[in-house]
Amino acid sequence: MDIFNIIIQTLDSTLRLSVPLLLACLAGLYSERSGIFDIGLEGKMLVGAFAGAAAASVFHSAFIGLGMAILISISFAMIHGFASITHRGNQIVSGVAINFIAAGSTVILGQAWFQQGGRTPALAEGERFSPITLPGADAVKDVPVLGHLYSELLSGHSLIAYIAFAMVPITWWVLYRTRFGLRLRAVGENPAAVDTAGISVTWLRYRALLCTGVLTGLAGAYLSMTQNGGFVKDMTAGKGYIALAALIFAKWKPVNAMFACLLFGFLDALAIRLQGTPLPIIGKVPVQFMQALPYILTVVLLAGFIGKAIPPRAGGVPYVKER
Amino acid sequence: MSTPYAKLPAWADYGLIPLINLAVAFIVAGFVVLLVGENPFRAAAILVEGAFGRGQGIAFTLYYATTFIFTGLSVAVAVHCGLFNIGTEGQAYIAGLGVAVVCLTFDATLPWWLTFPLATLAAAAMGALWALLPAYLQAKRGSHIVITTIMFNFIAASIMVYLLVGMLKPVGSMAPQTRIFLEGAQLPKLNWVIELFGARVRSAPLNISFLLALLMAFLTWVLIWRTRLGYEIRTYGHSPKAARYAGISETRIIIITMMISGALGGMMALNPTMGDQHNVAIDFVSGAGFVGIAVALMGRSHPVGIVLAAILFGMLYQGGAELAFEMPAISRDMIVIIQGLVILFAGALEHMFRPSIQALFASFSPKSVGMAAAKGKGA
Repeated sequence: MDIFNIIIQTLDSTLRLSVPLLLACLAGLYSERSGIFDIGLEGKMLVGAFAGAAAASVFHSAFIGLGMAILISISFAMIHGFASITHRGNQIVSGVAINFIAAGSTVILGQAWFQQGGRTPALAEGERFSPITLPGADAVKDVPVLGHLYSELLSGHSLIAYIAFAMVPITWWVLYRTRFGLRLRAVGENPAAVDTAGISVTWLRYRALLCTGVLTGLAGAYLSMTQNGGFVKDMTAGKGYIALAALIFAKWKPVNAMFACLLFGFLDALAIRLQGTPLPIIGKVPVQFMQALPYILTVVLLAGFIGKAIPPRAGGVPYVKER
Repeated sequence: MSTPYAKLPAWADYGLIPLINLAVAFIVAGFVVLLVGENPFRAAAILVEGAFGRGQGIAFTLYYATTFIFTGLSVAVAVHCGLFNIGTEGQAYIAGLGVAVVCLTFDATLPWWLTFPLATLAAAAMGALWALLPAYLQAKRGSHIVITTIMFNFIAASIMVYLLVGMLKPVGSMAPQTRIFLEGAQLPKLNWVIELFGARVRSAPLNISFLLALLMAFLTWVLIWRTRLGYEIRTYGHSPKAARYAGISETRIIIITMMISGALGGMMALNPTMGDQHNVAIDFVSGAGFVGIAVALMGRSHPVGIVLAAILFGMLYQGGAELAFEMPAISRDMIVIIQGLVILFAGALEHMFRPSIQALFASFSPKSVGMAAAKGKGA
């Protein structure tokens, strides 16, 4: 029973830790599938987290916070679009720039507005997204195994967490079953063909970045308004890059993305749980190794040693209309 | 890749456009200062005064510039080959291991002028090695160098943290850093050079690695524009297809370029460790590798431009520290914003003002932009 509890707890924190990764990963999926590399996921999450927590604490409403998070994330996505679509700038350079602007401005504005060393005030009950108890969770709590799984593992997450996992089938549907999705995939592979068909490459890519902005905003809001009751300097701590790694790991496919994020979330949860406890056989595993594992796995995957990750063909190349 | 823009005279291309981009970046930064509720002009005055007002400030500015010359050159060499080395940060961090090993081994026995070259070699070797794997993977397995080098940054950070809280830490100490290096691994200061000009320097970490940085800038210029290898690098950067056609080995050129880039990035580790803190501490690179990206973009990947851009960023770092002291609302993070804006306007949006400047030039003298004088005749 004890081991069962430990497993449930580890899986539960796996879910929690993979939510922001999943949202950011799906965000990256929209933009990269349309042929826009996005190193700036990290920065967009960070401004989302800051805007969400700041607005929530000023207006005392979690939903205004969420709206603000999404709005600001979108505007940063639009800067990326303006640089890399309209002005055909280097997409990687633009992403790097966004990460710096985000890292600096969140602290400067946070300090100027709240005077708490770059933090936002701690969010009260109604200003953050509290856990939702799924219907019947309390009733089945005592049913062994299944009831336990339902009430402990599946129930009790915040609204954004459920949205994140709902986004997986939705993204799949959008990508493979709608006209927009077909065009999105096409513009990432061969924008000239899309252009020839009379569809605006620019407008399509901007819409893709719009989706990216919404999802990174959600991811940021989850960090500052669910996982943590307020914004802390640099709180994304490389999650945007792990999401990028997960996206490659998932070979740019939505369902794979979920599993990749769950895997990376699990590694993170395991690293926290195993801190200092020696494993049987292997002995003590350094925390740093567990933390580096997602990156190492991604490098190995990218090198083509476990399957081959082939990015969208037009990724990273600005589209110049024939003239 | 063909640029969809007509040519401008060289002075406009290398002087005017970067200056306009820089000016716009600073104007936007000024708005952020305004948003915070401070006077941007006063802030700028404090910044410049803090960086160049006294000998002390100048020495600090050049100390920071040393670091950024190394990282800027590192990014620039890769750029000439068409590679985006975002991993300078990690290469410099891991090079700290090379410095630590050399210094901890020899600091009691050898004088600094022997430890310094050894440490330089070790740092360069570690940086180059850390760039080797991403380069190999790009050349042979086709994995994107940007992604691999990002991953390697994180892996480097993990390794260094592991070593600094473990093996490299002296017994009984809590701080995650090596012991203080003895005299044999402390670089001589260069502050007397500034004092020659009559300014006074109390204590600043400007050290001999500044000269190494200038030497490396010169050698980079020689390499890129005066050697066969440099020619091959530029050819590959311009057109990989043409390079292949000319019989240049793709694998060889990518791996060599990235190793040079990594070595230059690695040498950055000398300045803060042997030059200033006299130990290797956790996170001693603190983003200098990323500043290198901004410096390389600003400097148009030319060593002269890089030295100037590095001094500019050194000024921002030193002046920014003074600014944070005078205006508490503006912390060092302001520099991070400026850095981001410079990367945005000088890098990603470098073509934004080009069409209008071209139009301006064309209206004054059509010849200067390479347009035929008879404009009205139609296509």
